[in-house]
Amino acid sequence: MEAKTDTIRVLIAKVGLDGHDRGVKIVARALRDAGMDVIYTGLHRTPDEVVDAAVQEDVDVLGVSLLSGAHMTIFPKILKLLDERGANDILVVGGGVMPDEDVDELKRQGVKEILLQDTPPDKIVSTIRQLVTERGPR
Amino acid sequence: MSARIPSLDLVDRVSAGETRAIARMLTRAESGSTEARAALDLIYQRTGRAHVVGITGVPGSGKSTLVAKLAAHLRRSERKVAIVAVDPSSPFSGGSILGDRIRMGELGGDPGVFVRSMATRGALGGLARGTLEAVDILDAAGYDVVIIETVGVGQDEVDIVRASHTTVVVSAPGLGDDIQAIKAGVLEIADIHAVSKGDKPEADKTISDLKGMLGLGVALAGRIVGRLTPVIKTCSPQDQGISELVAAIDEHRDYMKSSGLLEERRQAIRERRMLKAAEQILHEEFEQHREGRMAPLLAELGDGQVSPQSAARRLLAHISMETPQ
Repeated sequence: MEAKTDTIRVLIAKVGLDGHDRGVKIVARALRDAGMDVIYTGLHRTPDEVVDAAVQEDVDVLGVSLLSGAHMTIFPKILKLLDERGANDILVVGGGVMPDEDVDELKRQGVKEILLQDTPPDKIVSTIRQLVTERGPR
Repeated sequence: MSARIPSLDLVDRVSAGETRAIARMLTRAESGSTEARAALDLIYQRTGRAHVVGITGVPGSGKSTLVAKLAAHLRRSERKVAIVAVDPSSPFSGGSILGDRIRMGELGGDPGVFVRSMATRGALGGLARGTLEAVDILDAAGYDVVIIETVGVGQDEVDIVRASHTTVVVSAPGLGDDIQAIKAGVLEIADIHAVSKGDKPEADKTISDLKGMLGLGVALAGRIVGRLTPVIKTCSPQDQGISELVAAIDEHRDYMKSSGLLEERRQAIRERRMLKAAEQILHEEFEQHREGRMAPLLAELGDGQVSPQSAARRLLAHISMETPQ
C-alpha cells in the first residue's frame, strides 16, 4: 500500500565558522511539529560533508543557515557539489542573515528560497511543503 | 533528474554500491512504496554477506559516539560500514528530529561509510518501518558491517535482537541506582555488554554489577553455556575499549558460525520479519476497512450502551462479514 502522504525529509545544516544554532533548533522543532523528519548535522560542517549527508539521507530539502556573511561562497559551492552528484532534485533553501541583492543572486543561481531571520516558523513550514509539492515525486 | 526512476532500474546500481541509488532505494523502502516491492525482493536475493550488529541503550548512554568510534575502527581494517540510526517519531505530530549524525562528524568524507537516519514513524519495538529493508539494501550494496543503532527503553530492545546477528547493549555508569540493563530482560538479550564513559568513577562498579548479574543468570539457569557474555569498558573520547569491542563482535560472529547458531538466528530473523510484515498488512487493511463503520458504534459507546471490548468485536464482525475473502 502506497504511503498516504510521504513524510518530508529535511536536512538542516550549519556550515563553516558560524556558531549560532539557536535559530536552527527552533526551525527543527517547528518542522518536526509539522510532521517532517528533520536531520540536523551539528555545527561547523563543510559543504562537502553537508552534501554527502544530504545525498545519503536522500532529503527533499537541504536547509542551510548562515549568519556569518559567507553565503556567497558557501551556497554556490553546495549547489555545484549537488550538481556534480546528480542530486539537483534536492531543493536548497537558505536561512539566516544576508542582503537582499545577495538573496536575488542566490535564487538566480538555484537556491529555491531564502527565509531570512525572523521568518515565522509556520511560514517556513508552508514554504517547504509548497516547494516539495511543486517539485513533485522523485 | 526530473522523472522518477523505476525502482527496478536502481537494483544493479545498488549492488554496484552507488550512493545515490542506495539512498533512493532506502527512501522507497521506508515509504512502503508498492512500486518498489519487486525491486526489494530482488535486492533481498542479494543479501547474506553483511554482519548485522544491533546496538541499543537508553538515551544518554553514549551509544552514537560509541558507534562512530566503532565505525572508524572497522574502517582501519578496510571494512565498509553502514549505520542505520533510528530515533523515535513524535507521537503527536509524526515528525522527528534525527540527531545521531552529529556524533558521526569524524566519519564525514569517507566513501566507505554510509550513515542513514530513520524515524520510527509510530512503529512499536524500537525499530522503524523499513529498517530491515534498509539493512537488506545496505547488505546488497556491499557493506561488510551494517550497524542498527536504536534507542532502547525497555521491551523495545527485543526487536533489535530479532533483527541482528550480534546485539550490543550499551550502559552508562551513574545513570541511576540500578543498571538499566537489568530492567525488563534487557540484560539477557545482549551478546555483548558495553559500558560507556569508562572514565567515570562508577564505571568499574557498573561492570562488576553486570558481570555479577550475568553470572547469577547462568547459575539460575543451571545449564552449560557455550559462551560467556563479555562486558567491555569503553571510553570514546580516549578511544579506550574500542578495539576490544570490535574483537568481541568479530569473535561473536565466529562463534555463531562455528556453532551453527548463525543459521538458526538467521532463520529466526526471517520468521520474525514475515510475521511482522503480516501484522503490518493486517493493521493497514484494518485501518482501511474500518473507515465509515465507526460512527454508529461511537454513538453507542458515548451513550454507555456498550463496552469498548464488545464494540470492538462488533466492528470486526462487521468488517469480516462484508469483506470478500
